[in-house]
Amino acid sequence: MKNSTQAQDQSIKKMNWFDRLAHPGQFLKWSKYLIIPLIIITIVLFALGLWYAFFNSPEDYQMGDTVRIMYVHVPNAWLSQFVYMAMAVSAIGTLVWRHPIADVSMKVAAPLGAGFTALALFTGSLWGRPTWGTYWEWDGRMTATLILLFMYLGLVALWRSFDDQLRAAKLIAVLTLVGAINIPIIKFSVDWWNTLHQPSIVSAKGLSMPASIYIPLFVMMFAFTFLFATLHIVGMRTEILRRRADALERKSLYNTGAKGEVK
Amino acid sequence: MSIKAFSAIIIRDVKLATRSFGDMLTLVLFFTMIGVIIPFAVGPNKALLSSIAPGIVWMAAFLSSLLAIDRFFRADYEDGSLLAMRHASISLEMIAFAKLIALWLTVILPLIIASPMLALMLNMDFEIFGRTILSLLLGTPALIAFGGVGAAITVSLKRGGLIAPVLILPLSIPILIFGISAIRSNSGMGVEDNAMLFLAGISLLAMAFTPFAIALALRLEQE
Repeated sequence: MKNSTQAQDQSIKKMNWFDRLAHPGQFLKWSKYLIIPLIIITIVLFALGLWYAFFNSPEDYQMGDTVRIMYVHVPNAWLSQFVYMAMAVSAIGTLVWRHPIADVSMKVAAPLGAGFTALALFTGSLWGRPTWGTYWEWDGRMTATLILLFMYLGLVALWRSFDDQLRAAKLIAVLTLVGAINIPIIKFSVDWWNTLHQPSIVSAKGLSMPASIYIPLFVMMFAFTFLFATLHIVGMRTEILRRRADALERKSLYNTGAKGEVK
Repeated sequence: MSIKAFSAIIIRDVKLATRSFGDMLTLVLFFTMIGVIIPFAVGPNKALLSSIAPGIVWMAAFLSSLLAIDRFFRADYEDGSLLAMRHASISLEMIAFAKLIALWLTVILPLIIASPMLALMLNMDFEIFGRTILSLLLGTPALIAFGGVGAAITVSLKRGGLIAPVLILPLSIPILIFGISAIRSNSGMGVEDNAMLFLAGISLLAMAFTPFAIALALRLEQE
């Protein structure tokens, strides 16, 4: 027993920084120091962004104060696509590079993405009522975002249907990559079907908004992105610890037998 | 790359499905029963029924093919044929493609043959019916292709149940959107002009690319 832990410590000491990113045990060690700084940055950015959004940005000449929902709706909507792209990159990491914790990243991102998408739809719906007169329309972007929400929830359900999480990881990576086709559809649906939703605001010609609006918007976007990063790192740590607990439980069952007798 | 091996897979799957055609019959009955239930649900007003008829036919085909997903690869997985197919003279991707063709023939073709009954019960206009058949022919290969991906990923789950349809439904909604747009000229989604072409394009792309995903998933199942 003692010799094998010595050998393990030796091999861990020989790891370079890149290997330390991938090894689950080492990941637990260094990610611990990231959590508090991330939480502080998130709180600061939210405080700054919300102050800007509520007190330091102008009203819209058509919509009045309701335009302030944009500072919550747009970051959530952008993040819902960003999280799916992060999941797709993790899926490639699982399938192509066999990265040890890419599947953990994918699994944890799914419920977070579902939450952001649901919030985007919810805040958008609340914003639509006073401005467009309706809670919901079946236009291109809203339908595609609803489809994205169902894809996230389907992935969450699929993770829970498998007993063996490691085998599930590769299969779910395939499904994630097949579903990634939806992201360009959402992005460009606003340009292809010009029905109700506003067209894109960031184009090749530069921003079509004044600084007093896009500064709070970008601060809030960063705030939400850091929120996702914090939740993601904490979730990955939890998932790795959960898998360790499962492995220890299985090992103790093996050692003690089904009726509790010691082997 | 042998045509004989490719067609052997198709003929095998079609023979297996038609030999015990209980499954095919169940699917056709389910498809037709949707047409029976709808007039009870929305009232027998003929004008209303004929205006929603293309949507109902598409929805019935959609739901029937989603329900059939569980049976796509399960039989071959359980008796070990998938393991044997990995050592075939043609690649697993070609086998997956052949299976998709066979599935279209045994799942969708019976539904399309039964659709005149549905058209009758829903009081469909004859010209609309022609466009519906064309849009079904163009769009259902994509449904089968995406269903194959869902089936390949969930084939090792014992209590699979409804998880595969739930996974594939979001991906298949665009097919439904374009399918309905191809039939009417005023579906309100703004894609009327080239909807038939889009539908054919989606089907061709889906049938071309999903065999790779299906073969990958089937290989990963049995590691």
